[in-house]
Amino acid sequence: MKQIKKIGFWFLVLFLLILICLPGIWIFVSAFRPNPEILAKPANWIPDRWTLHQFTQMFSINGYVSVPAFKYLMNSVIISSVSTVIAITIGMMGGYAFARFNFKGKNKIFLSLMLARAVPGISLSLPLFILFAKVGIINTSFGVILVYVAMNVPFTIWLTDGFFRQIPKEMSEVARTDGCTRFQAFWNVELPLAGPGIGAAAIFAFLLSWNEYALASILTRTVHSKTLPIGMMDYLDEFTINWAGMCAIAVVMIIPALILTFIVQKHLVSGLTFGGVKG
Amino acid sequence: MVRKIFRSPVMLIMPSILAIGFVIIIPLIFSFYTSFTSYKLTRPDSLFNFVGLRNYERLIDNAKFWYAFGRTILFLAVVLNLELLFGLGIALLINKITWGQRTLRTIMMFPMMFSPILVGFQWKYIFNDNIGLLNNFLYLFGYESAIPWLIDKYLAMGSIMVAEIWANTSIFAILLLAGLLGIPRDPIEAARVDGCNSWQVFKNITLPFLMPFVFIALTIRSLDVGRAYDIVHIMTGGGPAMRTELLWTMIARIGYKDANMGFANAMSYVSIILSIAFTYYFFTKLVAARRDLGQQ
Repeated sequence: MKQIKKIGFWFLVLFLLILICLPGIWIFVSAFRPNPEILAKPANWIPDRWTLHQFTQMFSINGYVSVPAFKYLMNSVIISSVSTVIAITIGMMGGYAFARFNFKGKNKIFLSLMLARAVPGISLSLPLFILFAKVGIINTSFGVILVYVAMNVPFTIWLTDGFFRQIPKEMSEVARTDGCTRFQAFWNVELPLAGPGIGAAAIFAFLLSWNEYALASILTRTVHSKTLPIGMMDYLDEFTINWAGMCAIAVVMIIPALILTFIVQKHLVSGLTFGGVKG
Repeated sequence: MVRKIFRSPVMLIMPSILAIGFVIIIPLIFSFYTSFTSYKLTRPDSLFNFVGLRNYERLIDNAKFWYAFGRTILFLAVVLNLELLFGLGIALLINKITWGQRTLRTIMMFPMMFSPILVGFQWKYIFNDNIGLLNNFLYLFGYESAIPWLIDKYLAMGSIMVAEIWANTSIFAILLLAGLLGIPRDPIEAARVDGCNSWQVFKNITLPFLMPFVFIALTIRSLDVGRAYDIVHIMTGGGPAMRTELLWTMIARIGYKDANMGFANAMSYVSIILSIAFTYYFFTKLVAARRDLGQQ
């Protein structure tokens, strides 16, 4: 009986793993298969031919461009990194203030910051579309960066607030009685200690910008500022889909995200839960 | 300069508030104004054509809007509950594993990092009636008629829910697992000595301890419910015959395709209030659960 229970348990775990991994793996495999093979009926389960066709087309190694994926990739990298750096700098200052100071309306301000983040992208895109068009920053990387900074700040505050709380107050106090200013104590003592956590917050902010669709699809119009998630839609015509091509661009999008997730996983959970429980 | 900023919390928070003010608050005030006008993108001068509450009156009379609204609530209720349930199950399962737990935890986090648009595409591919993984799989077992997962008016909504649950269950699982790992052993052992069975231990010790974690997960999740737009947008676009139309896709259609910004803004206020209400509710619950735990 105990044996059966154990086998059942591991069977469940295996089933779970397949459920989680299979969709991603299927995309990955399809990206390296020629389209006719994907479309075969009945299905061709084991790939006969592997090809880099979609990737060479995307990155125009033979001079022919199907979808300017390299440009999209560059836009994505620039927009995500710049917005992350700014959001982390601003958000970290906010998180420090919430963790170290007591001031009037602290909890109310914290809550309103989080509520600002809850506004759905598509609802926010309507006025932003009109305003950005009027100001003349529609279809620019600058406009998208601005939006992503604001979207990332509340969550960065939540995370960094938790990480700063984990550092004993006394450490900064000791540094300050030794003659440091508050900023020096922050810079030399608290920041290095909170470093890994802030790194996690940065990766989280990066991924949010990297993956965002609803706002970018409205605020970017041409290859000049389109990011990868928007570029992905180039493979989607009215009636046909280039499945292999779409899978290929999906792979380009997911690999950096997976690597970053892998680096960040440990700190992310502790940041979220600590900020939540001991708040 | 830097020194001065670090002496006052107001100066430290100011940049955050400014950023959010410029990108979120001011646009929202503007869109609040336009929701009282007949603003159409194609006729810029209509921005100053004040119509009072007419957009909101039209909204109340609009059956399609109420269908979309009801569908959104139903969608969220089903999806959030199942995610919480599956997440709890997975967390309890992984908590039992001693060997390879860390690896499993990492693997579990992956769906969380998939872009919603990617999740949508991935499941559009799997649910494709012709070349999809699922139908091809059923074909292996002799089920030869292709099931139109995304085209059938009942199956389409279910298919979208599957995609949404796949993408977001891991947030619950990860955070609840962190909660489970932090539960002190003593009370559980004491309860067992006193003769509690597994279910009683779970109900009276594990679950109350987990509640703050449940609310952390729900709060974080409620921030992003609007991202379901991406998934629906790519999987069905609100079809077939608007059977999967949620508030968010309806806003996009009326705002951009029909260029009827005033009306769309009125509608988007409903969706904003919905999201904010969700977040506010879970956040206050989180604060309360935290306080309870602190008192014990």
